[in-house]
Amino acid sequence: MSLLKIDTLSLSIAETPVLRDVSLSVEPGEIVALTGESGSGKSMTALALMQLLPDRSQTSGMIELDGVSILDQSEAQMCSIRGKSIGMVFQEPMTALNPVKTIGDQVMETVLIHQEMAPAQAKTHARNLLNHVGLPEDRFPLSRYPHELSGGQRQRVVIAMAIALRPKLLIADEPTTALDVTTQAQILRLLKSLVQEFDMGLVMITHDLAVVAEMADRIVVMRQGEVVETGPTKHLLANMQHPYTRMLFDASRHQVDLPPVPPPEPLLEVRNVVRDYRLPRTRLFHHPGHHRAVDNVSFTLQRGERLGLVGESGCGKSTLTRAILGLEEVQGGEILLNGSPVYSGTKPDLSVRRKMQVVFQDPFGSFNPRHRVDRLITEPFHLLETKPTGSERSDRIAEMLTAVGLSPDDATKYIHQFSGGQRQRIAIARALIIRPELILFDEAVSALDVSVRAQILDLLADLCQAYDLTYLFISHDLSVVRSVTDRVLVMKGGQIVEQGETETVFSNPSHSYTKSLIAAAPVLPDPDSLRRSIEHV
Amino acid sequence: MLRYSLKRLFSLMISLAVASLVIFSVVEIAPGDPASYMLGVNAQPDTVAALRAELGLDVSRPERYLSWVAGMLQGDFGTSYTYRTPVAEMVKDRLWVSLPLALYALTLSTLIAFPAGIFAASRRGKTGDVVVMGSTQLGIAIPNFWFAMILVLIFAINLRWFSAGGFVGWENGIWAGLHSLTLPAIALALPQASILARVMRSSLLDILGEDFMRTARAKGLTRKQALWRHGLRNALIPVLTIIGLQFSFLLAGSIIIEQVFYLPGLGRLVFQAISARDLIVVESVVMLLVFAVIVVNFVVDLAYAVVDPRLRTRT
Repeated sequence: MSLLKIDTLSLSIAETPVLRDVSLSVEPGEIVALTGESGSGKSMTALALMQLLPDRSQTSGMIELDGVSILDQSEAQMCSIRGKSIGMVFQEPMTALNPVKTIGDQVMETVLIHQEMAPAQAKTHARNLLNHVGLPEDRFPLSRYPHELSGGQRQRVVIAMAIALRPKLLIADEPTTALDVTTQAQILRLLKSLVQEFDMGLVMITHDLAVVAEMADRIVVMRQGEVVETGPTKHLLANMQHPYTRMLFDASRHQVDLPPVPPPEPLLEVRNVVRDYRLPRTRLFHHPGHHRAVDNVSFTLQRGERLGLVGESGCGKSTLTRAILGLEEVQGGEILLNGSPVYSGTKPDLSVRRKMQVVFQDPFGSFNPRHRVDRLITEPFHLLETKPTGSERSDRIAEMLTAVGLSPDDATKYIHQFSGGQRQRIAIARALIIRPELILFDEAVSALDVSVRAQILDLLADLCQAYDLTYLFISHDLSVVRSVTDRVLVMKGGQIVEQGETETVFSNPSHSYTKSLIAAAPVLPDPDSLRRSIEHV
Repeated sequence: MLRYSLKRLFSLMISLAVASLVIFSVVEIAPGDPASYMLGVNAQPDTVAALRAELGLDVSRPERYLSWVAGMLQGDFGTSYTYRTPVAEMVKDRLWVSLPLALYALTLSTLIAFPAGIFAASRRGKTGDVVVMGSTQLGIAIPNFWFAMILVLIFAINLRWFSAGGFVGWENGIWAGLHSLTLPAIALALPQASILARVMRSSLLDILGEDFMRTARAKGLTRKQALWRHGLRNALIPVLTIIGLQFSFLLAGSIIIEQVFYLPGLGRLVFQAISARDLIVVESVVMLLVFAVIVVNFVVDLAYAVVDPRLRTRT
């Protein structure tokens, strides 16, 4: 008998159907991945398992955990199931823990709330659990608060809470999406070993097919609240039946064709740049310390070249981006665009600034919601000496919207009327409208679904053809950087540890850090070789 | 935590020093001579000269400032010109009414607001929430002097449970004192409780939407357990801010209620001193109130750090 059996589960929230006839099962010790794009219903399936659905939810069908019908349980009965029989790990480790309670208290709480142990015993148990998930006592005493830990460490605490009572089923909802690749690899390894050790069933929800391919025993592909395809991982990846599965898979491995790089002619020169942040004074009348976020960084970006910048969070890539944009003063070195400094005296030089534009990560937060699209994308006009007006202005708006694949009629709409991918197109239009010589993409496709991401990357390649773009592409996602850049810089601890032709760096990294980054990043297997390996068996 | 407290204490000292300078300067800079201002236009030149000497206006300004500050540090606030009694004694008597009244009102307001806010938040959108929020709307809208008069009509005149005004003094025992402060405290507490309940509710609702509340539920806590164990302490920060502001206001701002109930409090003292142009009393009482506000803020700062561990390490 299966550990978990979901049969024709349907869910509607406030009369809107969210899940339709979802069926799946999980065996003890098995890792089942729920995958699909945003809105596919994968997280709602998890919340339905926990019965933590929003108000006005209506469920039908059957969920059976170890012979117990979840949908027939009262709220009080569910409280004794949650945390004890089902553990759950969430996406955002930074906010999933209560900031005002110690990690020890929070891990102990799972045990105490189910009255499984006396307080003293629970404390020892919490200590053992934290040791078990890789938080040893000498560095992580129970009295630590969440804000004293990094994202990966917090996720370990959340995992310790979830497995405290050895639940039969563990649900992990995008457990590593917010983490760096090397941390992601560690957390995935931890989850995998816990599943084997405790013989738990793991339902893992993730949009990342590469993670799925490495982790899961079985895959359930969902789209718009329905299961479109399911099967053992290798088998499913080797013989994808449903077109949606194939589309997801292709989009994840999407490669774009960039036009050739013109002969070298320096556009952006970064020479020995240093950026220090002042730390708060530790003692009155003492000199405050400094944190060196960017440490003696030099590189040259040639006109027409697509340069990538990769590194993990805190490596200084965002600080460097701000310095290049002239948003902050640097403490050493110089940044030249076309031979003139971006920052002169105490403020950025406008005549240089108008040659650069930026596209940010968050397609939802980087627009003023009360302005119409025409006003939003003409924002960079303030950098120009003479602002286009009248028909010239509307012509340029229309041209840009068309160039990014939208319609000129969209100019009068508000930003909430667009999807995430469309918003990112608008952000690109906004960057392009003053025909900058350099565009910075700061994690510009990281928040997008794979299919949308593939479209935006194609758009970038097209724009490179049409407008001879030069860009600096900043991202933590190695596979994306590999596909859209000619050359790549690897940054760590404020320094550039390796740079070179993108293909060379990825296929033959020389620095140990680059090697570990590439080794940690999950890769999608090639369907053909998978098929061959299955036939051989 | 100790370093945080010392830092706060240091900034408290600075605030006090700056405040004393500002208050002193305002009185000094005010056009005309303080002595002739206090005595009015029809004063005799020799009376003005006598007052000038009494106020010490014949020495230099820095000297005057220093002796004023030094006096206050020793508890000597000067002598009231109108009452001819030491200001310190007058203030002390009034403070024994105003301070307990403020604390009484604040306690009542907190006792009403916390349960009301928590109740409303836990029943968001349901009848209970609507009723509580409607009543707080009313509580904010009703002017408290009018509410005070209604209280007097019902509880003092009709039911005769309380006296209609005046203060019996603490020498008749704590209960008698509290008894005569009850109606004014209720009148003061009503609008404060209404505001506090609304802050409590919205703060809790913000917290209820946080990720860690979902984590708590996933551990097996009931809605109620999650609210009490994880919600309340996190919701407390904005509430503490409001409580601090309310206490400062109650200490000096109860002048109308003091008038309605004939209470010999600080508010009335300031009002009388201003009408009588008794600058010495005004200056001292204002300094005292500033002191009270700054100390309350200091206490609130410490309370923040107790509630939120992140503040203890952050500077």
